[in-house]
Amino acid sequence: MSDIKVKTAPVLGVDGRSAGHLLEVDNLHVEFRTRDGIAKVINGVSYHVDAGETLAVLGESGSGKSVTAQTIMGILDTPPGFVTDGAIRFRGKDLLTMGKDERRLVRGEGIAMVFQDALSALNPVFTVGFQIAELFRKRRGMSRADGYKRAAELLDLVKIPAASARLRDYPHQFSGGMRQRVMIAMALALDPEVLIADEPTTALDVTVQAQIMDLLAEIRRDRNMGMILITHDLGVVADVADRIAVMYAGRIVEQADVHALYGKPCHPYTLALLDSLPRLDLKGQELNTIKGLPPNLLRIPSGCAFHPRCTMARDICLTQRPALVELGGVRSSACHFAEELYGRE
Amino acid sequence: MSEVILEVRDLVKHFPIRQGILFKRTIGQIKAVDGVSLDLHKGETLGIVGESGCGKSTLAKLLMNLEKPTSGEVRYQGRDVLRLNPADQRRLRRNIQLVMQDPYTSLNPRMTVGDIVGEPYEIHPEVAPKGERRRKVQELLDVVGLNPEHINRYPHQFSGGQRQRIGIARALALKPEVIVCDEPVSALDVSIQAQVMNLLDQLQTDFNLSYIFIAHDLSVVRHIADRVGVMYLGKMVEVGTDDDIYVRPTHPYTQALLSAVPVPDPTARQRKAVIRLEGDVPSPANPPSGCRFRTRCWKAQEICSVEEPLLQIRPTSGHPSACHFAQERDVVHAAG
Repeated sequence: MSDIKVKTAPVLGVDGRSAGHLLEVDNLHVEFRTRDGIAKVINGVSYHVDAGETLAVLGESGSGKSVTAQTIMGILDTPPGFVTDGAIRFRGKDLLTMGKDERRLVRGEGIAMVFQDALSALNPVFTVGFQIAELFRKRRGMSRADGYKRAAELLDLVKIPAASARLRDYPHQFSGGMRQRVMIAMALALDPEVLIADEPTTALDVTVQAQIMDLLAEIRRDRNMGMILITHDLGVVADVADRIAVMYAGRIVEQADVHALYGKPCHPYTLALLDSLPRLDLKGQELNTIKGLPPNLLRIPSGCAFHPRCTMARDICLTQRPALVELGGVRSSACHFAEELYGRE
Repeated sequence: MSEVILEVRDLVKHFPIRQGILFKRTIGQIKAVDGVSLDLHKGETLGIVGESGCGKSTLAKLLMNLEKPTSGEVRYQGRDVLRLNPADQRRLRRNIQLVMQDPYTSLNPRMTVGDIVGEPYEIHPEVAPKGERRRKVQELLDVVGLNPEHINRYPHQFSGGQRQRIGIARALALKPEVIVCDEPVSALDVSIQAQVMNLLDQLQTDFNLSYIFIAHDLSVVRHIADRVGVMYLGKMVEVGTDDDIYVRPTHPYTQALLSAVPVPDPTARQRKAVIRLEGDVPSPANPPSGCRFRTRCWKAQEICSVEEPLLQIRPTSGHPSACHFAQERDVVHAAG
């Protein structure tokens, strides 16, 4: 397939790329300057999300999925984290070059985020009502009373029982699932267009996880929001995502529609990952494993970063870094043998 | 089936809730484990699943004799573990070992791998004479797939999966017959999980080990377990072979738990039965009367709040199930 990257007329025109997407990460590079050396955490990540769709970013710890999200939100710790290249465009405007005040307006109203650990993301010394109402007072100029009223409505929206009574409770008085709902309520307060959920259910039990995922899906539908779901759980992804971007060592190695990805993975890493899962509906004997360990980001292997663990690796993989090539439709894969994998039965 | 090696009868552990500074009064009890019975056969893996707070880790500690039970019995090869004299108890402890969840905190950062894996020999010197220990530790490292030459390294020099292997080597040091694995793979990445599970599988065959495998991940348990027990609020609600539990579950809680597990297959979105439980698990300090699950159960009727359903085989359930209205329902494979 040839390059069919530009589908709509470019609005920005400057770099000749399309500005048609709601949120677009373009060739992002981030490095962490540590005492031990420079860790290249993100090495050219590009993805986009449009209104009403769910993009799942899948990867193991250290693959750079959360750092990408932090960079989008502008909450990357600097130092040690530095953006060295790339752009993040929201409605066509680059967040990385805009002024501090302008960027603050995007946060919350344009893009909001739900974190993994609600207990450490909420302030323990203020009531939940105060923390949500603060948003309305600071950003909408509402009075204290109106703010609390809107906070109660939000808690009701995320299905917290007896919402107005619970406004006076502190975060520790909520259970894990309820706390995650409070976080979601807070993220929704200013009607964001894109919601980034960073491992929103990893700390929760399965039955509660299902409740929260349902809630997020419902809200996304009702508000026609774009959602970026960051997770390592292949099961959760299969349940809710429209498109998937698989990350490894700071790069996207495969990107595809959810059915295509699970049906016929076109990157050896995705293939091996799906193969190594114990499945509830299948009982196998020995599990297939991926040999070795995820790479140390201070010393990313030459060529394709996955080559030391790959069963298909050949000489070219050691020397040449495979580009993310399009395979038709919305599929792309960063493997020298992607076409081969794509063509297989 | 082979002989029963570990037998648990009506095991109860209540933790007192105390209040006051000088004069502590007991104002309640956390009923962490409340009448659990189970049998572990030689060479088998018994999986225990349940959500946080259901008492599965307390059960592990009770089996390891790290907590004194409030009442009940743990019998190892027919002998009551709790009534043994101290010398016998020490000998017996050799035979039951533990693999812990978090490979980052369960290894002492100031000890070398050799010291960590060899420490059991300090406590039980009769197993290996001093001169042989180093060689034995190196053997163990080799068995769990680590490089024996890394014996002088420290835990921080290893990755999560490798650390879990160190924990497993330590558990194997005394040649136990039973290993209690408390969430051994939940802290690991997906690609590493499979390696550790295969290792556990391999060791079981090689050393004829019996496992009690505690986890909250139902797919992991399904893969490794021969029989599975489902716990809810300190009670066992259903026990059976893996097919009994995964294909023919009869307890509503088991069904809800299975239906909540995301299956890594997008085409299953339509096929899967969806049962959504409302609310959270109630506090174990004040569990509901009768059936503990009734507050979240869609089948609950009056009898459920009055009479506690016993874990037994019922006309509608071929394996023990603690529900008055037990009924088979395959929630994983077909829409229900």
